[in-house]
Amino acid sequence: MAGETVMNAINESVSLLSIGADGWGDDLLRGAARTLELGALSLLFGIAFGLILAGGKLSRSPFLRIPASGYTLFIRGVPEFLVLLLVYFGSEQIINQSAISMGLNGDFAVSRFAAAVAGLSLIFAAYACDVFRGAYLSVPKGQMEAAIAVGMSPTKAFIRVRLPQLWRFAIPGLGNLWMVMLKDTSLAAVLAVDELLRVAKLAGETTRLPLLFLCTAGLLYLAMTALSDLIRARIEARSRRGLPES
Amino acid sequence: MYSELKFNLSDSICDAVSPVASDLFTSACPRLFDGFFITIEFLLLSTVIGFFVAVAVTFARLSGNAILSYPASAFAYAFRGTPLLVQLWIVYYGIGSLGEASLGPVLWFVFKDPWLVGLLVLVLNTSAYASEILRGGLVNVPKGQMDAAMTIGMSWFQAMRRIMLPQAIRTAWPAYGTEIILLMKGSALVSTITVMDLMGQTRTVFARSFDLEVYVYAALLYLTLAGTLTFTLSRVERLWR
Repeated sequence: MAGETVMNAINESVSLLSIGADGWGDDLLRGAARTLELGALSLLFGIAFGLILAGGKLSRSPFLRIPASGYTLFIRGVPEFLVLLLVYFGSEQIINQSAISMGLNGDFAVSRFAAAVAGLSLIFAAYACDVFRGAYLSVPKGQMEAAIAVGMSPTKAFIRVRLPQLWRFAIPGLGNLWMVMLKDTSLAAVLAVDELLRVAKLAGETTRLPLLFLCTAGLLYLAMTALSDLIRARIEARSRRGLPES
Repeated sequence: MYSELKFNLSDSICDAVSPVASDLFTSACPRLFDGFFITIEFLLLSTVIGFFVAVAVTFARLSGNAILSYPASAFAYAFRGTPLLVQLWIVYYGIGSLGEASLGPVLWFVFKDPWLVGLLVLVLNTSAYASEILRGGLVNVPKGQMDAAMTIGMSWFQAMRRIMLPQAIRTAWPAYGTEIILLMKGSALVSTITVMDLMGQTRTVFARSFDLEVYVYAALLYLTLAGTLTFTLSRVERLWR
């Protein structure tokens, strides 16, 4: 009797998680794809902004150095959740106020997906900038001196000698930050972005089986982080090729 | 006693700043400090309890006994591989949805209470990360010390606790400090399961006023907490040098 109940429950779960009109499987996978999209875009913008911030932190001018350091201190001390909400509501108010001041009616809605990408990239950049800074300082100074001594301009030496090696030192740190950010994409569910966690929550509410769907989402996140870890190890090994074993 | 102290403290701070603060801050001040204290409570409790759970998990992982080490490793892997928000929602909305009938009175008492669920999940989450940090520290202590301790008659557990762990904590301290700051930031997520911590109160005030200022005040309070933590942690580090 108890065995039969368990079998029924398993059958029901399988059909609910299947792909197609009755099952939520395809919706969950689409949510996972959206999660990866969110993560990938934030990674891209985060790296770009992180490089700029690192430039600021390494510069001799205090007008660049102090704002860059202040920014990273702010992001490091404030919850990611707060940053995301601040970016979302903040950008909406700024855009609408400037629209009103230009004589337009101020009822623009900021895309929640775009706000999530902006928020996640801003957070990623603050951590990535210290990774880049460390990587920059890890390239031996003598190499730049040598490059300039053979007649390269400082810009050329930077592009040909320092930048390619910078990646090698930055990759392990960036890999760690990617794993952290992949998990932080779930915060977008609170902004009602249709990513994995949000889909799972809605499916759970509709079917009245929240535990099943939230656990499935958890397993999908686990699969994504495990896969990321594998890819990260590959990229790290590739970036170290040709170097002596340390 | 304690709640009276909190009340008096927030009252006097709010009174002191009211002449210079904006109207919004003056009206939101008691709420924000109410939440601020809850955030601090969550942070202190989950750090302390989480440390002991982390030590237990780390010992289990390194015990060499498969019945202990596999579940402990699986626990750490699962909690480090999934988002904190998912963990909170699985426990509060997922397990909580099973109801008193299937959970029984004791479990229901825990799972119906957002404060207890928040604390439970934060403790489990931070202990998973902390056990990874402690394990790193323990592996770096020379193995000969363990052998020596056991040779003079200490049990495995005694040697771990008295000889290995204190040294591991010393080397792991900076990483542990980073984890405590991350825990503080993560604790803001308990507001999504209806706990009125600093973030919860801030969102409530914002939902009524639609004034972004309140998020700035919350950010300042979080920054104050982060600064205090960083200062204290580095002080402790210097104490050991």
